[in-house]
Amino acid sequence: MFAYIVRKLLFSVVVLFMASVVFFVLVSLSGDPLLNLKQNPRIQQSDIERLTAEYGLDQPLPIQYGIWVGDMLHGDFGTSFEQSTSVNSIIARRIWPTVLLMGSSLIFTVAVAIPFGIYSAIKKYSALDNAGTFFSFVGYSMPTFWLGLILQLVLGVYLSSWAGVRIFYISGMTGSGGLIDLLQHLALPLITLSVISVAEFSRFQRSAMLDVLSSDYLRTARAKGLSRRVVYLKHALRNALLPTVTVVALSMGAIFGGAILTETVFAWPGLGFLLADSLFKGDYNVARALLMISAALIVFFNLVADIAYSLVDPRVSFD
Amino acid sequence: MVDQRRDMGPRAQPSPFEVAEVGGEHYGKVRGRTQREIIWKRFKRHRLALVGGAILLLLYLAALATPVIAPYNFAEIDYTSFNQSPSLDHPMGTDRLGRDELTRVLYGGRISLALGLAVGVFSTVIGATFGIIAGYYSKVVDVLTMGFVDFMLTLPYIPLLLVMGSIFQFTAVTITIAMIILLWPRMARLVRGQVLVVRDQEYVQAAKAVGVSDVKIMLRHILPNVVGVMVVEATLIVALAILFESAISFLGLGIQPPTPSWGNLLTDARSNMIEQWWLTWFPGLMIVITALCVNFLGDGLRDALDPKAVE
Repeated sequence: MFAYIVRKLLFSVVVLFMASVVFFVLVSLSGDPLLNLKQNPRIQQSDIERLTAEYGLDQPLPIQYGIWVGDMLHGDFGTSFEQSTSVNSIIARRIWPTVLLMGSSLIFTVAVAIPFGIYSAIKKYSALDNAGTFFSFVGYSMPTFWLGLILQLVLGVYLSSWAGVRIFYISGMTGSGGLIDLLQHLALPLITLSVISVAEFSRFQRSAMLDVLSSDYLRTARAKGLSRRVVYLKHALRNALLPTVTVVALSMGAIFGGAILTETVFAWPGLGFLLADSLFKGDYNVARALLMISAALIVFFNLVADIAYSLVDPRVSFD
Repeated sequence: MVDQRRDMGPRAQPSPFEVAEVGGEHYGKVRGRTQREIIWKRFKRHRLALVGGAILLLLYLAALATPVIAPYNFAEIDYTSFNQSPSLDHPMGTDRLGRDELTRVLYGGRISLALGLAVGVFSTVIGATFGIIAGYYSKVVDVLTMGFVDFMLTLPYIPLLLVMGSIFQFTAVTITIAMIILLWPRMARLVRGQVLVVRDQEYVQAAKAVGVSDVKIMLRHILPNVVGVMVVEATLIVALAILFESAISFLGLGIQPPTPSWGNLLTDARSNMIEQWWLTWFPGLMIVITALCVNFLGDGLRDALDPKAVE
């Protein structure tokens, strides 16, 4: 058991190390970070040379990589070429919008998908269950960004002009300030980011629940006279929740991918928007830092899922 | 199953459902159905899958015939008819340069559909090959292959595609290759899991015992038993590839204008979304319809190919 966790931890470290090499090389390949400055006629050649030396760009790539990893292990993501401030301070400013968006989306998703999945399993093939199946197919098949555009159009523009007052904002995070204002900005990105997850998790919860419902110990529980309510909520749900929790943890990477698109569509000032933007502008250190953060997020939640499963489910083998 | 055709004499083979006439020589005998017939019968029961398959077929035919059936040239700028809402002349309207949106959607569809198919096929072939080899040989081969696969599976798809896009200036071919590189590990992991189950079955052991070569065992005895899950996962990969392409192109790092793709048509549409609503609705609906049909097809195949399904 202990050895299993240690092995998983070691694997995670190796994965992050390999990921850092891949990201560093790929981002370095995408062009010259000082290209904008070099094309600017007002910038002196001596300044470019000074900056090249300052950022260590005159060093061979392996050395640059070593410096970057060394700094990162000390919690320093380097300097932004674009804004000439530390990447850490940029990320510190942009992380909360993303935490707010992804966190509220996760809570919303779980609060909708799990009860709905359980209901669908108990009332299998009912009208609501069939509607849920169809909805989840549509949800899987819908590009996140297009759903965002359509929500902007329908709930943002048409609804507002029909109602005569602005109900939802279609871009940015804050206007006049206050909680109501924040919710008006958050609502549409939240729905956009959550639809696919709700589709996925509710179907997953349904099939996990159906698996458990057909097991012998549940028939026994019913046969000895326990009420449906107790059997469903106490005996079945406990066992049916675990697979869903794992799937939620494993899909953090996909949710972050969705956040990039959602934040771009809604101009939400978070990390996803920043990542797309930094790749456009060739702001290497920002892009690398965000790639590492997204990989670390995935690796961390994989680890949590593995360990949680091994702790709770006695049938998991540790070989 | 006993071969019942032996004593049927010169009569033509009966249809699968035909029962010989009462009192006749073959009373009560039904010809056994082949695997293929059983699968087709189960698949036909899934109406949405049938409809989805039919629509997909139409879409692919339209993609093949696009140069013939497209009403206009996709790059033809017409200043006499810009920003027109849908009409008989322009069923999906025109964009701000007067280009016919239907024509652009058709050409964009060629890229999405070809890319989806190519990513599906190549990821499946590569992933299944590595999955079967890793599952069959276990030990060192398995640890190395699956270690690599697990590493690839922790990489975030969208950010990585964006980085690759900023390096290579994606064309239809390079974005296809990038997606194959990212998506084959999914297939490999799934197939390997199935192979582990099949590998220890008696018939595989028996084949080994009589000296059948490893390659032959993998192709003849293992592959047919994992084909079901492979096909279903392949449809998922096709849908993912189409959705990813649209997302990356939408963000401006995928297929570059003036070549139309469903993703970059939507980037154009954003600049004046409120007035030119048709530019947002039509390309997006095409993506949803295509991905939905692929997913329905996959669901139908899952039911039809499931060996545990009861008649």
